[in-house]
Amino acid sequence: MSALLQVESLTMRFGGLLAIDQLSFAAEEEKITAVIGPNGAGKTTVFNCLTGFYRPTSGTLALHRGERPLRLERMDGWRIARDAGIARTFQNIRLFAGMTVLENLIIAQHKKLMRASGWSIAGLLGLAPYRSAERAALDRAAAWLERIGLLDRADQVAGTLPYGDQRRLEIARAMCTEPVLLCLDEPAAGLNPHESHELNRLLLSIRDRDRVAILLIEHDMNVVMGISDRVVVLDYGKKIADGTPAQVRSDPAVIKAYLGEPEA
Amino acid sequence: MDFGQRAKDSALTAFVALILAIPLVGFNTNLPSGGPDIAMRWDWVAIAVAVVFVGRFAIGLVPRRRQRERPPVVSLFLTKHQNILGWTGLAIAIVWPYLPFASQYLLDLATAVLIYIMLGWGLNVVVGLAGLLNLGYAAFYAVGAYTLALTAAYWNFGFWEALPLAGLMSAVVGILLALPVLRLRGDYLAIVTLGFGEIIRIVLINWQSFTYGPNGVNGLPRPTFFGLPLSARAPAGGETFAQFFGIDFNPAQRYIFLYFITLALALLVNFFIVRLRRLPVGRSWEALREDEIATRALGINPVSVKLSSFAVGALLAGFAGVFFATRQGFVSPESFNFQESATVLAIVVLGGMGSQLGIAIAAIILVTLPEFGRDFAQYRMLLFGAAMVGIMIWRPRGLFSIRTPSILMSKAKR
Repeated sequence: MSALLQVESLTMRFGGLLAIDQLSFAAEEEKITAVIGPNGAGKTTVFNCLTGFYRPTSGTLALHRGERPLRLERMDGWRIARDAGIARTFQNIRLFAGMTVLENLIIAQHKKLMRASGWSIAGLLGLAPYRSAERAALDRAAAWLERIGLLDRADQVAGTLPYGDQRRLEIARAMCTEPVLLCLDEPAAGLNPHESHELNRLLLSIRDRDRVAILLIEHDMNVVMGISDRVVVLDYGKKIADGTPAQVRSDPAVIKAYLGEPEA
Repeated sequence: MDFGQRAKDSALTAFVALILAIPLVGFNTNLPSGGPDIAMRWDWVAIAVAVVFVGRFAIGLVPRRRQRERPPVVSLFLTKHQNILGWTGLAIAIVWPYLPFASQYLLDLATAVLIYIMLGWGLNVVVGLAGLLNLGYAAFYAVGAYTLALTAAYWNFGFWEALPLAGLMSAVVGILLALPVLRLRGDYLAIVTLGFGEIIRIVLINWQSFTYGPNGVNGLPRPTFFGLPLSARAPAGGETFAQFFGIDFNPAQRYIFLYFITLALALLVNFFIVRLRRLPVGRSWEALREDEIATRALGINPVSVKLSSFAVGALLAGFAGVFFATRQGFVSPESFNFQESATVLAIVVLGGMGSQLGIAIAAIILVTLPEFGRDFAQYRMLLFGAAMVGIMIWRPRGLFSIRTPSILMSKAKR
């Protein structure tokens, strides 16, 4: 398996604070990679560098797609999403709360629809190519709503959905951009055991059915240990362990920094 | 509250009233008898304080009803019957000039209402859909109006030549303004656009050699009917509208004609915006309003979203400006002051941000309301202000507080 995302000596400094220190890791194609670590370890900062919200102080972020790797640290955030194909969700859900569930998923398909609407001219005239593109967008949205069990709530305002549904909708919205890498920032936060079990199934189906790699920050160890193919552990901005869930679980450094007392 | 508490509360309120009443009603200035002279009107102060005391006491006696969250009955009603309301409105608009009570004044007022509806729809793209607070909208309106005035003054352009050019000019100015303010949002953006509105007005006043300064521009061209002027006398070698159709000339024809082309353009604008809202551009505007960070994370360039909303908003203001200028036959910088921007913003807010019909209704209310006050002269603005306050208490989220989705699964399937 080849590395899809290669993070090399990533460093992020905020004034005097060193948030990420010489971090290197890789995320492989069609694999779920989890980034874990205690609060303040720099996990979300890694995500923000990766998705263009921060510009890293130094280091490289290379996405291997096509012949030449894309250098993410040089791209604008919206280009990373559009051209590199990295979609993300947020720790505090960021849906378009005033718009409907369906509209959220249609907006995510902006790139295709905008092209089909011919800078809005063809769209204004209601030409056939645009109409069929909209039809396809609708079908894709419907398919995702079916998968997350929200099809009968498609026309409901997104902000009125229960919390767990909002979480799943945000993942579906990210998937509607047709990414190669899906970055999830604490997708299981605030979910009850049943919902987090459902989330596991959804993430596994994204990996196996859609063949999309997942990079995930999570505190819920059931999720992390249950579905990850690889776990990267951060502490104070440094990588302290990297391996399979079983390896990480028995790593003394991880136990010391994060998991607490070793299990008998 | 028992009696003593209530009395104490009323006394405190009366004391505040006393402090306010002394300068406000207490001083009476007499100028005629040589030199300023101030007399105290203690009786007036006493009346004011007594009224406040008794009033406050009386309010306390009325049992207070518990405030309940009421469902938005009006919004629900309006949203449900949107189509009927819209078509009825359109039907009334079409027969308006031929109604028995129609007069030149009412026709002119209706034209003004239509122009404000267009302005409201234009600003709605920027404020209501894209969520970018713009306090300098009159600037784009001014660019449109002055494009007509100056192209006519310098190059003898007619109404129809100037109309597309005015839209284009406004849109270009809109993009030029948007470029430096791309990073700003909310209050900061509002301040910059406010300043921009003033800059345009002050340039129009001071650049006398080009814009004719504060005197304005006179004798603007009126729209022609496929080249036929609607006037009493034909230009050299031409015919007038009345001669061509073999009817008698009547000045009312000119008003009716202007009214109808304004109505036609307003309908076109409505079609344009309703259509845009269902396209990716329109959805990206709303997405930007809802959450800019999420918009960016979905691969949408926020810069082009902002630019497109500013450009479309400005384009529509430019068209409206041309109609405004030709309706008056005259433009001067004073027509484009902050009050104008504020009125249009009030229309958008009152209409319920994002709703086409709501904005049309709001424009009708806000443009005709000051006209009702004409008989009260000096109390006119007071009346207008009180009505605005009342409306915002009654309908704080605008007439149409329920958003119509741009696409529905229930309608798309099957």
